[in-house]
Amino acid sequence: MDILAQLITSFFATGAFGIIFNAPKESLLKCGLVGMGGWLVYYVLEKHMGDAVFATLSATIFIAVISQEMAKIYKTPVIIFSVAGVIPLVPGGLAYDAMRKFVENDYNHALGLAAKTLLLAGAIAFGLVFSEVINQIQRKISYRVSKK
Amino acid sequence: MNKMNDQASKTYEIMEVCLLAGKIMLQSGGETYRVEDTMMRIAAALGVEKSHSYVTPTGIIFSAEGDEPTKTKLIRISERSTDLKKVALVNSVSRQITSGDLNMKEALNRLQEIETMTLTFPLWVQTAAASLASGCFMIMFNGTWIDFIPSMISGGLGYLSFVKFHRFVPIKFFSEFLAAFIIGLLSLLLVQIGFGKELDKIIIGSVMTLVPGLLVTNAIRDLMAGHLIAGLSKGAEAFLTAFAIGAGIAVVLTFL
Repeated sequence: MDILAQLITSFFATGAFGIIFNAPKESLLKCGLVGMGGWLVYYVLEKHMGDAVFATLSATIFIAVISQEMAKIYKTPVIIFSVAGVIPLVPGGLAYDAMRKFVENDYNHALGLAAKTLLLAGAIAFGLVFSEVINQIQRKISYRVSKK
Repeated sequence: MNKMNDQASKTYEIMEVCLLAGKIMLQSGGETYRVEDTMMRIAAALGVEKSHSYVTPTGIIFSAEGDEPTKTKLIRISERSTDLKKVALVNSVSRQITSGDLNMKEALNRLQEIETMTLTFPLWVQTAAASLASGCFMIMFNGTWIDFIPSMISGGLGYLSFVKFHRFVPIKFFSEFLAAFIIGLLSLLLVQIGFGKELDKIIIGSVMTLVPGLLVTNAIRDLMAGHLIAGLSKGAEAFLTAFAIGAGIAVVLTFL
């Protein structure tokens, strides 16, 4: 039941972000589905392993790989699918908590939270780069095979 | 002599097409490497084999090498937003040029058309989307359904005020600060009158529509890909935005 609510809300949240970023109308549904898949990966991993960084990394790689495949099929830039999909993973909540601790002059907790936020942002970026590397290796291999 | 002039003006026209494509893409939130790649592909397809493009978030430098002396042009970018539809359109134009379906004149016309188009959804649709996203994010951050409507209200109004302020005073930092302040104030009010319950969750959900998630990711990605200047400046922009949002909320939190 809980996971169903998460799926529905993540679908609508990502689709709505597609509208804010003015993604083409026909791709809004796909944006929502990409975001939903990514959030499912994150949610399940985070719940069962308790490591947000690893969950974020896996979810980002999942989103980026799916987006790249979709971009190839529909001949549109990858960014259209990946940007909205990644948004739920952005550590906005943590950044807020860190900021709140700073305001309350609780610098010890605030610094820890800020470091965690940075790590999560790094995980997202690394996931995106990693999947791009996979994509390039794949392309090179298929190029070599077709040449032989 | 005449032939050489013809050649030179043709190169200039090719550069015009490349720069326009790059400009639209960069202003609409395309990634740095994609902008550079697109410009060089178009140039190669139109007959300039060797070209260099140097893209930063605030300007594009493009130079075309050939038999004649190398020509260089610079374009200044001052306004940036996210408009993925335009990125997709320019991308398809570049594909058509490389496949030979569009010649230079047609491509230039098409790009000029794209540049003047306003493709964004109407403001009320954007606001509705922002408020829906705020409500959904609140649930995704383990909020309760009681707070769904309050975060929709504050998130939607926050986004609307961000867009309105930005039109009024085109300084992004200021409009983000004010929008975050309004979100914080509204959430606090809604909790005070008993309509909402958890202040933190409502604020986090509503603020998500302003958060520079795209910028942070693009910045780190540019840095890793070796676009050091672009990465650093995007990072600075993301930091400023995050700081503006944080400051806006922080002002409200001090009222507590």
